[in-house]
Amino acid sequence: MITEIGHFALVLALAVAAYQTIVPQWGAWRNDGTLMSSASVAAVLQLLLLSVSFAALTHAYVTSDFSVLNVAENSHSDKPMLYKISGVWGNHEGSMLLWVFILALFGAAVAVFGRNLPETTKARILSVQGSVGLAFLVFVTAVSNPFLRLLPPPVEGNGLNPILQDPALAFHPPFLYAGYVGLSIAFSFAVAALIEGRVDAAWARWVRPWTLLSWALLTIGIGMGAWWAYYELGWGGFWFWDPVENASFMPWLVATALLHSAIVVEKRGALKIWTILLSILAFSLSLMGTFLVRSGILTSVHAFAVDPERGVFILAILAIFVGGSLTLFALRAPSLKAGGLFATVSREGGLVLNNLLLSAACAAVFIGTLYPLALETLTGDKISVGAPYFNLTFGPIFIPLMLLVPLGPMLTWKRADVMPALRRLWWAAALALAFTLLVLALTLRGPWLAPLGIAVGFWLMFGSAADIMHRAGFFHQPLAIAWARFKGLPRSAFGTALAHGGLGLIVIGVIILSVWKEEHILTAKPGAEIPVAGYTVVFKGVEPLVGPNYDGSLGRFDIMRDGALVKQVVSEKRQFRPRGMPTTEVGLLQDVLGDVYVVLGDPAADGAFVVRASFNPMASFIWIGAFIMFLGGVLSLTDRRLRIGVPKRASLPAAAAQPAE
Amino acid sequence: MTRKQTRTAIILASLAVLGVAAGLILYAIRDTIVFFYTPSEVSEKAVQPGTRLRLGGLVEQGSFVQGDNAVYTFAVTDTIKNLKVSYKGQLPDLFREGQGVVAEGVLQGDGTFVADTVLAKHDENYMPKDVAEKLKEKGVWQEGQKATP
Repeated sequence: MITEIGHFALVLALAVAAYQTIVPQWGAWRNDGTLMSSASVAAVLQLLLLSVSFAALTHAYVTSDFSVLNVAENSHSDKPMLYKISGVWGNHEGSMLLWVFILALFGAAVAVFGRNLPETTKARILSVQGSVGLAFLVFVTAVSNPFLRLLPPPVEGNGLNPILQDPALAFHPPFLYAGYVGLSIAFSFAVAALIEGRVDAAWARWVRPWTLLSWALLTIGIGMGAWWAYYELGWGGFWFWDPVENASFMPWLVATALLHSAIVVEKRGALKIWTILLSILAFSLSLMGTFLVRSGILTSVHAFAVDPERGVFILAILAIFVGGSLTLFALRAPSLKAGGLFATVSREGGLVLNNLLLSAACAAVFIGTLYPLALETLTGDKISVGAPYFNLTFGPIFIPLMLLVPLGPMLTWKRADVMPALRRLWWAAALALAFTLLVLALTLRGPWLAPLGIAVGFWLMFGSAADIMHRAGFFHQPLAIAWARFKGLPRSAFGTALAHGGLGLIVIGVIILSVWKEEHILTAKPGAEIPVAGYTVVFKGVEPLVGPNYDGSLGRFDIMRDGALVKQVVSEKRQFRPRGMPTTEVGLLQDVLGDVYVVLGDPAADGAFVVRASFNPMASFIWIGAFIMFLGGVLSLTDRRLRIGVPKRASLPAAAAQPAE
Repeated sequence: MTRKQTRTAIILASLAVLGVAAGLILYAIRDTIVFFYTPSEVSEKAVQPGTRLRLGGLVEQGSFVQGDNAVYTFAVTDTIKNLKVSYKGQLPDLFREGQGVVAEGVLQGDGTFVADTVLAKHDENYMPKDVAEKLKEKGVWQEGQKATP
């Protein structure tokens, strides 16, 4: 019964989305206030209906209702509750329902928080948002319906893919989706602005918080995925330049560019056309990511099912939205009035360079991801483009960008001089150099390129600190005044510094991990001692393992240092019952300086086992760095000036402009 | 600085960045891509020893040997030809005889293959899509057939 209610709500949501697409747009043309204001009602109603729908599917999963085909195929009554819930989006149909649910959530958020938007603009934004919802709701109801019944219902379900049964992965898809889908708001704003033919500072001010939110969610979503890959897949890697990873990375790169170019539109009224284009591209890449992942065109952990009908459907949606918005862009962009003169060397110029390099990096990733697909279609040759390609292209483009990051915030708007900016950074450069020399001294005869990369990381971190110090006026003002100014700095200043500094931390972590990783693979009998980077891993033995929905074997290891026990870890080989599929659980000692990573392998001759023990130096820097970048985004978002729905519009009375908080 | 000069500067900078990026991409695509072959194609195309490639097929029944110090040898077959592969490292959880496998590595002078990466996909009925397609071409694969023997 509840399932049918969910199904019914889904179809109603489709009807509401159709209304939301057509009526407010028509109202905006006719300048009919009633029709336009119905957009907000429709957006909120759509959210309510999809909440009912999503709750109904969750209910079916929680109660293990195997008469629902989707539940029977993807759940199991033995599964822990967390994975029953995460199972809702751990499959194709459910994940698409989550997609439209988050889309509706963002649409309703614009309806509720965007009270100060001009009436016509708001109606048009919600109409565009509604059209995206409409397209995907048609997709869900037509070819990807999660509410289909199965008669007769089986006694037991098939179970969720075991490698997805993990806490970090339970929340990785919602975060990533929220980031992807959040970019739809920037897209809707851009299309609405093109229809209206007007882009101004207020427009950029409204777009920025939404872009920032999406960016922060994408950052944490990608970070969680990398972390999961690191400890769950058992290879000790965290990023494989897999097409599906790239599919999430490209929107992140463009969202980062958009975040920066929108600043120029807001502060200086320049780069309008470019910013509109970026808004369209960011969401187009999100759609393309959805297509790549959900069409089954790629074989991957992420591709749930190979179903050509669905692939063609998503491709059609992609073609309509990307083609339609780019056509509109081509028609209307020339009429947008350019503004804001600036010299080549200026804050604006720096941000242009930032955008150029980010776009070029994105293009390199794009070509590396799609070239194999294109080549296979054209010539039938199957190739793989792996890490060497990306290291050779992405690296040389991204390194200059990172070198310029600390310089950008030091430049003044309109016209700047490089020398004073560099002078403010001299101590950051000196510190970065000092640390790099220290690293060089510690790793004599090691690779010399790695310390240079680490220098870039330090430069980013100290450069961010220098930005804050300069803004507060340390070194120039008396300490008390500087301290007062420091406390009074806007949160967005700290947000910027955290995001840039977090990037530095990631750079250092990635380089140290990939260059100085120490790995031993050997056959060991119980009692064997394996020395790993100053630690000793003692293999204690293997015992049988019985879990809630799996069996297997469990290897016990003691990690010792200087004869003292540091941590007892276990590495498990699990055989999941419903599918008989094996997975590996890694034994992990996490430490700031590095992780000891122990994996139990297959049994070898006479009671021995294959054991892989590695030391992954500074691995935690990567996750901590990603989390700091996320925090930076959130902190900027709470900045009073940027808070959603607080535009400075003189024409409105202040009381009306304040949102209910 | 006039608007025109700024625009010229931006356009020149864009061209420079795009040019460098395009150069890097073209260079990298030529030098770093790896072709995917089945054992039959390795002999048909007379692939030179020392070439880096991805070898796809099924792990031949009865060919798997576990050597000392986690060195494994096995044969990859497309049911027409096979190729002997050796690999040091940890095999993926789903590596089994009769299952689909993709090995990346270098073809040796003696006609064997030394892999540095072995992939088996994370699904019990998984057959690498590339392998399935190649096998379909060879006519030894029927739709709906499970990879498990």
